[in-house]
Amino acid sequence: MVTPRTTPPKAQKTPKRPGRQGLSGFLRSSNGKKAVMAVSGAVLVLFLIGHMVGNLKIFLGEGTFNSYAEWLRTVGEPALPARTMLTLTEIVLALAVIAHMWSAVSLARRAAKARPVKYAARRKSQANGYVVHTMRYGGVIIVLFVVWHLLDLTFGAVNPKGYDATPYDRVVAGFDPSRWWVTAFYVVALVMVGLHLRHGLWSAFQTLGLANGRARHLLNVGAAVLSTLLVLGFLAVPLAVMIGAVK
Amino acid sequence: MNYTVGEPIRDTKAPEGPIEDRWDKRRFSAKLVNPANKRKLNIIVVGTGLAGGSAAATLGELGYKVKSFCYQDSPRRAHSIAAQGGINAAKNYRGDGDSIHRLFYDTVKGGDFRARESNVYRLAQVSVNIIDQAVAQGVPFAREYGGLLDTRSFGGAQVSRTFYARGQTGQQLLLGAYQALERQIAAGTVEMHTRHEMLDLVISDGRARGVIVRDLVTGEIETHLADAVVLATGGYGNVFFLSTNAKGCNTTAIWRAHRRGAYFGNPCYTQIHPTCIPVSGDHQSKLTLMSESLRNDGRVWVPLRKGDDRAPGDIPEHERDYYLERIYPAFGNLVPRDIASRAAKNVCDEGRGVGPGGLGVYLDFADAIGRLGRDAVEKKYGNLFEMYERITGEDPYVRPMRIYPAVHYTMGGLWVDYDLQSTIPGLFVIGEANFSDHGANRLGASALMQGLADGYFVLPTTIGDYLANGPFGEVEQEAVDEALGQVTGKIGRLLSTSGNRTADSYHRELGKIMWEYCGMERTEESLRKALERIPELREEFWNNVKVPGEEEGLNQALERAGRVADFFDLAELMCLDALHRTESCGGHFRAESQTEDGEALRDDENFAYVAAWEHSPEGTPVLHKEELDYEYVHMTQRSYK
Amino acid sequence: MNLTLKVWRQNGPADSGRMVTYQVEDVSPDMSFLEMLDVLNERLILEGDDPVAFDHDCREGICGMCGMVINGVAHGEQRATTTCQLHMRHFKDGDTVTIEPWRAAPFPVVKDLVVDRGAFDRIIQAGGFISVPAGSAPDAHSIPVKKENADDAFDAATCIGCGACVAACPNGSASLFTAAKITHLGLLPQGQPERDSRVVAMVEQMDLEGFGGCTNTGECTAVCPKGISLDVISQMNRDYLKAAN
Ligand SMILES: Cc1cc2nc3c(=O)[nH]c(=O)nc-3n(C[C@H](O)[C@H](O)[C@H](O)COP(=O)(O)OP(=O)(O)OC[C@H]3O[C@@H](n4cnc5c(N)ncnc54)[C@H](O)[C@@H]3O)c2cc1C
Ligand code: HEM
Ligand code: HEM
Ligand code: SF4
Ligand code: F3S
Ligand code: FES
Repeated sequence: MVTPRTTPPKAQKTPKRPGRQGLSGFLRSSNGKKAVMAVSGAVLVLFLIGHMVGNLKIFLGEGTFNSYAEWLRTVGEPALPARTMLTLTEIVLALAVIAHMWSAVSLARRAAKARPVKYAARRKSQANGYVVHTMRYGGVIIVLFVVWHLLDLTFGAVNPKGYDATPYDRVVAGFDPSRWWVTAFYVVALVMVGLHLRHGLWSAFQTLGLANGRARHLLNVGAAVLSTLLVLGFLAVPLAVMIGAVK
Repeated sequence: MNYTVGEPIRDTKAPEGPIEDRWDKRRFSAKLVNPANKRKLNIIVVGTGLAGGSAAATLGELGYKVKSFCYQDSPRRAHSIAAQGGINAAKNYRGDGDSIHRLFYDTVKGGDFRARESNVYRLAQVSVNIIDQAVAQGVPFAREYGGLLDTRSFGGAQVSRTFYARGQTGQQLLLGAYQALERQIAAGTVEMHTRHEMLDLVISDGRARGVIVRDLVTGEIETHLADAVVLATGGYGNVFFLSTNAKGCNTTAIWRAHRRGAYFGNPCYTQIHPTCIPVSGDHQSKLTLMSESLRNDGRVWVPLRKGDDRAPGDIPEHERDYYLERIYPAFGNLVPRDIASRAAKNVCDEGRGVGPGGLGVYLDFADAIGRLGRDAVEKKYGNLFEMYERITGEDPYVRPMRIYPAVHYTMGGLWVDYDLQSTIPGLFVIGEANFSDHGANRLGASALMQGLADGYFVLPTTIGDYLANGPFGEVEQEAVDEALGQVTGKIGRLLSTSGNRTADSYHRELGKIMWEYCGMERTEESLRKALERIPELREEFWNNVKVPGEEEGLNQALERAGRVADFFDLAELMCLDALHRTESCGGHFRAESQTEDGEALRDDENFAYVAAWEHSPEGTPVLHKEELDYEYVHMTQRSYK
Repeated sequence: MNLTLKVWRQNGPADSGRMVTYQVEDVSPDMSFLEMLDVLNERLILEGDDPVAFDHDCREGICGMCGMVINGVAHGEQRATTTCQLHMRHFKDGDTVTIEPWRAAPFPVVKDLVVDRGAFDRIIQAGGFISVPAGSAPDAHSIPVKKENADDAFDAATCIGCGACVAACPNGSASLFTAAKITHLGLLPQGQPERDSRVVAMVEQMDLEGFGGCTNTGECTAVCPKGISLDVISQMNRDYLKAAN
């Protein structure tokens, strides 16, 4: 076999010190991006917890649920104009989603560049199993879900009852057994959310440097419990509508 | 092979006077280099182990322009990384009666009175600073609950002066030196060349002025010039093929320097380590050391009866022979390495060895587990036990370990004076590559100490005395061309031979000869046999070796073949040295020279000298003797009974 | 036993490389994985073929030189084991074994299974040290260190720089390696003065070399032959957040 002449791999340049600093340096560093992801993720989780609790009010009856939705819009009145809190929440949420997606995308691109060649042998996860590898496409599914979800229950665009109905009616109509495929989509999406949080919940602590030794073990267990509770809590509503417990 | 006796040599650099003051005196008398001049002075350091890594970093800190070389892909991988046990220092933190003088005394005695007093004293003095330096660098030595450093007693020492970082002391110390080196690389004072192998030395106007190296990735042959050259290329135990050294350890750098005029000191002094994992078959590529610290709690035994092949657990207590405890009641399982090794060989020669081929003895932890509990034993030795299990597939918690001696360290090396300068002006040699401080036998945990003493403290001072007269001007082009010619000629010859045996197979065979005839026990007859076989085999090698591939590019087979070629020449000199030294001393055991009870018997009358061998192009080495005087330690027969 | 090996062969960084299949016979269970490859190479040399290039040196699991991805797992499936310490008794007669180099852009292939890990050295250069010129150190006992801290620092310091963490990480991240050094030095009193600048500089260098960011998948620690824990990454993250703000 002939060995052609090989050239030595090029050495990377060592940067001039002191290093990149300030916010832009932070946001460009992989660690900074991760911190953004963790903080935005945490905001989204808090929202989800609140959202789930709110959703469960549906079991307290139509009135409670609708007035809760109303309250969301009027809280702070008259000191604050209508919808202030809700709009604020929406802005924070939107920012969190943008920040979260931005860091997810830029980290994914960085990762793709760092690992251009795949292994020929099928990689077996040696660690936390498959869950952690669903984060990226799982996130995409969640986004698609949220878009649908907003069109469905917030704007009513794809809801049989439309925008003018009460929230309660939209929910009941949306999950009508005849629209089983909607419910199925919700279930799939919720499972993805569950998986995302199964990893994301403790991962955020790790990213912020708050997971250590035994704490990591507890966080891991906590993440499993909380993500399961969230999924079950969310699922309760569409399933209840499906079987006719809420109508 | 014959030799002639040349002029005796003397180390002219060691100051006279009280031994405690000599190093201070030398430091004071050494010329200083003006800081502005340092930037103009180039130093090449070959090797990045404890010796070379610490030297290159320190020289860079001092302001010299340094080029550093190693054959691995990173300086952090030098073989020093593998040292397990620990590092000695006369800190006397325990207040157990240790002192600089006692470390000095133990080292001279342990070396069987074949080391220089001045050097050893300096080593003991500097040992104290090494620990300070390492701790300041962040080396995570073992500590006690009070937050202070822990120490243990090691390899035959009766005081507790060995500092350690679990079973990875060499790794932690090397990483300390490596980090210091990387810091200098970042600062621009040291230029690092990894995956570069030194293949020859350039001498111009009588001074060492550069090296010829091969870039192992591109195959390019490069010349690097400087005002001084430091070799820190480690030991040559791999001449035996099987040893505890890393696969890449070689003699090429120092052997090439020897061929260019540097004397080789005491080549035959090799240390055989008693606690290694025995060979398991013909495929074996290297031997693994089990730290000596295991002997603190393990008991060594063999069956009383020859050919007893019962499982160890089935052999009742009264049919076991705890031979070290029996023969050496005072030191028991903790006798020095050479003694423990030979005792193991003796019982195996009697046919009482255990395991495949009868080449092994038991190292039994049953008592320790009974006394301290499994947890305590696991805490102390867990990683070693795991390593043993991984390699042998046997669980040492339930079945005693099998161990056997293996080649471990070479006390011999290039001859250097008190300044660590070889007989070639401007060529300095440090660490295991020189012959200096251990005499005929090295104490456990002293090699790390020596490498770091040389690199951090001694060489940076003494090299200044030489460089104060520099820079040394242009290097003669003919000298460079000649060296380049040698290197390319050798490579060309290896590649064009196209025979039908691999270099490894020759290396294996050479190693067998060396182990058999110049190993733990040497006789005139065996050495003569070796001196007959080696040239024959070398001849065959040069006519029948097969090295695939080309000069360009990464060619690991070529690297290996080049190293084997030099091992042949060195092996011959080792046997000659062993043959001429008809006494036994330390690691060199001549069967003809033993006491009634089988201990090494020195002949101080005739052999209290360092054998420094000069290469002669005609092929007859010239022996120069450096007489050894003992003013402070009285020469006695070593006894560990 | 007899094995089928599928080995990645690549003549140099410019070559595109391919998998080549070899049969090896009479493999002894006592052999190490590298010894098995030695046997293959001896045969290839005699047959006039180019032997498989792979890095190795100490062959006792400490120098960090060896490393290959065996059946999709860095250093093979045996936990806490370097390739050189992996023994053939963990394979079965008739097995097919796939052998590939570390895959990561910052670790370009030099030849076959040999990659260039110089990026690790440059990360250390960026700040993986304590600045203390030889001879300037105070007495070692002048600063006691809590045993726990010393032990934890030691655990982090045992990293051998093999690069398996990078090879296993789906993001090609060098976080475990980098964080191990940051944690080692950051836990000791001696390491405090440079603690903030160290973490910022080392993280920056890690990014510049082209390693990916960590998304806490934990593959690295699972293959790490020294069992370096994810704690170090958490520590690095915390130090970074503190230092960068
Ligand atoms: C398994 C083992 C355990 C040990 N345990 C202990 C212990 O507990 N305590 C103790 O005190 N001692 C111990 N020793 C001995 C000690 O580790 C060594 O003697 C010491 O580390 C040698 O250091 P060094 O710097 O001289 O050389 P090395 O660390 O061997 O470094 C040699 C350097 O030279 C380079 N090199 C070699 N040849 C060339 C060439 N031709 N071209 C370019 N570069 C080259 C290499 O790349 C390397 O960087 C042990 C040794 C072994 C083998
Ligand atoms: C918009 C769509 C989303 C995408 C593309 C996305 C993607 C990601 C990715 C790639 C990660 C890092 C993966 C990892 O650590 O392995 C991540 C982490 C995380 N995500 Fe999302 N996600 C999305 C939506 C959400 C939502 C809706 C929530 C909360 C309800 C959420 C909560 C989290 C949390 C808490 C983390 C952990 C942060 C960390 O690892 O530091 N994500 N997400
Ligand atoms: C199956 C369970 C769910 C039900 C029944 C449900 C129900 C609703 C309803 C009724 C609204 C409209 C509230 C209003 O306009 O007052 C709403 C809004 C919203 N939901 Fe859900 N939801 C579910 C799951 C989710 C999940 C899993 C997510 C995110 C991943 C999500 C994200 C949102 C968002 C972002 C809004 C808009 C909030 C706003 O406008 O401020 N929902 N949901
Ligand atoms: S962290 Fe582990 S896997 Fe990574 S380089 Fe260090 S030892 Fe190797
Ligand atoms: S595998 Fe990679 S994603 Fe992080 S936890 Fe390890 S560096
Ligand atoms: S060869 Fe040194 S770690 Fe494997």
